[in-house]
Amino acid sequence: MFQYILSRLLYTFPIAIGVSLIVFALVHLAPGDPLSAVMGEVDQTMIAEMRASFGYDKPLPLQYMTWLGSVASGELGYSLRSGQAVLEILLSAAANTIALGVLASLLGFSVGIAAGMFAGYRNGTWLDKVVSASAIAGVSMPHYWLAIVLVIVFSVEWGLLPAVGAGSASSMFSWESFQHMILPTIALSAIPCAIVARTTRACVMEILSMEFVEALRARGLSESRITLHVTRNALPTVLAVMGLQFANLLGGSILVETVFAWPGTGSVLNQAIFDRDIPVLQGTILLLAMFFVVTNLVIDILQTWADPRVSRH
Amino acid sequence: MSQASSAPLVEVDDLCVRFVGPDATVSAVNGVSFALAPGEVLGILGESGSGKSVTLRALMRLLPHRKTRMDGRITIAGHDILRLDAQALARVRGPVVAMVFQEPMTALDPVFTIGQQIAEAIRTHESIDGVAARRRALELLELVQIPSAARRLDAYPHQLSGGLRQRAMIAIALACRPSVLLADEPTTALDATVQIQILLLLRTLQRELGMAMIFVTHDLGVAAEVSHRVAVMYAGRFVETGHVNDVVKRPSHPYTQGLLGSTVHGVAKGTKLSTIPGAPPNLARLPEGCSFAPRCGYAQQACRVAVPAQVEEGGTSGVPHLTRCVRVQASSAACGTTVPTTA
Repeated sequence: MFQYILSRLLYTFPIAIGVSLIVFALVHLAPGDPLSAVMGEVDQTMIAEMRASFGYDKPLPLQYMTWLGSVASGELGYSLRSGQAVLEILLSAAANTIALGVLASLLGFSVGIAAGMFAGYRNGTWLDKVVSASAIAGVSMPHYWLAIVLVIVFSVEWGLLPAVGAGSASSMFSWESFQHMILPTIALSAIPCAIVARTTRACVMEILSMEFVEALRARGLSESRITLHVTRNALPTVLAVMGLQFANLLGGSILVETVFAWPGTGSVLNQAIFDRDIPVLQGTILLLAMFFVVTNLVIDILQTWADPRVSRH
Repeated sequence: MSQASSAPLVEVDDLCVRFVGPDATVSAVNGVSFALAPGEVLGILGESGSGKSVTLRALMRLLPHRKTRMDGRITIAGHDILRLDAQALARVRGPVVAMVFQEPMTALDPVFTIGQQIAEAIRTHESIDGVAARRRALELLELVQIPSAARRLDAYPHQLSGGLRQRAMIAIALACRPSVLLADEPTTALDATVQIQILLLLRTLQRELGMAMIFVTHDLGVAAEVSHRVAVMYAGRFVETGHVNDVVKRPSHPYTQGLLGSTVHGVAKGTKLSTIPGAPPNLARLPEGCSFAPRCGYAQQACRVAVPAQVEEGGTSGVPHLTRCVRVQASSAACGTTVPTTA
């Protein structure tokens, strides 16, 4: 097992290099000149000077190598707009996004698994149909629309919860911060919840139709014990789906964060795109990509643990 | 068991199993009765869809209860199976009656090791600790002659060959020392050479442990090898039962004769193999009278009126030879050497 984890860790290096290359290329292939966007209509010689000072006049491969070198040493550069260190911007934004992502995962996964197990066990009953229909609604519903509806109902109409921002409390674990997180959490959890519910339901139904469940019953096992076996068998598949959804949530949602004015990576990314703020843009996308790589690595490792049939070589 | 050896261990009386669906009701078992003494082996022989596996599952009430209607009476070691509540039923499954399934790959939980599954079965019924359960699991793997058993204890089902998997499943079935072992075509999914090994193992274990066994198969040779008594099943009824020698050497029912005739063994090369014409009846719409009549070369008017009663014609070592066929009444001496089948 240890060897397997080590080899999987080694594999992530080429993936990370590839990701960084794509991130760099995407940002530089986008039309528009960062400096003219920031500085507006100014003297061309001044722009050329600035370009030289940021290194944007060098050939792209060289720029990439320089950037990669500084990234490797933890130096992500400074924002073209605010002059703030990119790392600093990212750390506070990522903390906000991760907080929401973890809460939305906890809510979405627990409700999704419970509903999916329930529907899978009561396959064909009206309860199953209600769960399945809600899951389809959850997947098809745009989450920013749900976000707006939540704001209208809970903040505007009933005035129960704050609509925007993260609050002014210094700690993220305060009641005020939590209140600000409730609505975004619900909006973000809808899609993962629906997807996990559908996967769990399909998985449980498939497992229940397998002969080994009958064989377990023939051994005199109690129904709760059999449910344990069913859960254990559904785990690898559901785990894989949850991993992807979790990685998605960690990436933050530009739309939902914009609706709630949540200071997370989605908002940072959105602003950086409008500002052509290349250092911030590159840093953010790289961070999100690395979230995906790491989450996938963790999921892979968890899956080999959960499913003995997955090869460890 | 407290039973005297003469009292039956299993008694099935007029068992009927119907599957109720939205479109049709399928009558899978239609009045099966038999008794089994401790240590006795009954072979149930029949084609797919004849109701033999359903009969076996009914004995443990493993059929999906929402869709299944069961009538009649099943008594195993004094337990009235059809009237037990869920907990009492769970206590019977394992220590009193256990089952070996046809396909060991699908009947074992893929994400638990063999050792875990055996230990779990033991600890469900006996209050012993994990270490003792594991030791018992090892003994069981040795009992079913799995080589390097200690290593196989921590193997997952997919890491074993088909034969070893079936041995592991037999070990699980024997975990709580059942009085009755139900075997549902335990050799069908295996390679021919492995089939014989598993068959011999089951026969040895049955004798050593003194278990009663019901062995379901579609292979007459297999049934003859392990059984004291054979029941031939067709469309949910026992059409012929008797001592192995009687049924194999002097089959009375035209269906049994047809089954004996449709074999690829001992037939000269080039001769056409004989088969039973037609197909088994639709269990949702069984014909009146004898279910085999539509395919039977000897069918007469009387066959289509009512289900023929069981007629006794001799027997061997105390086992009566019973047949449900109108012809048997007419000529009880008929030895059925002519097989009413066409190529």
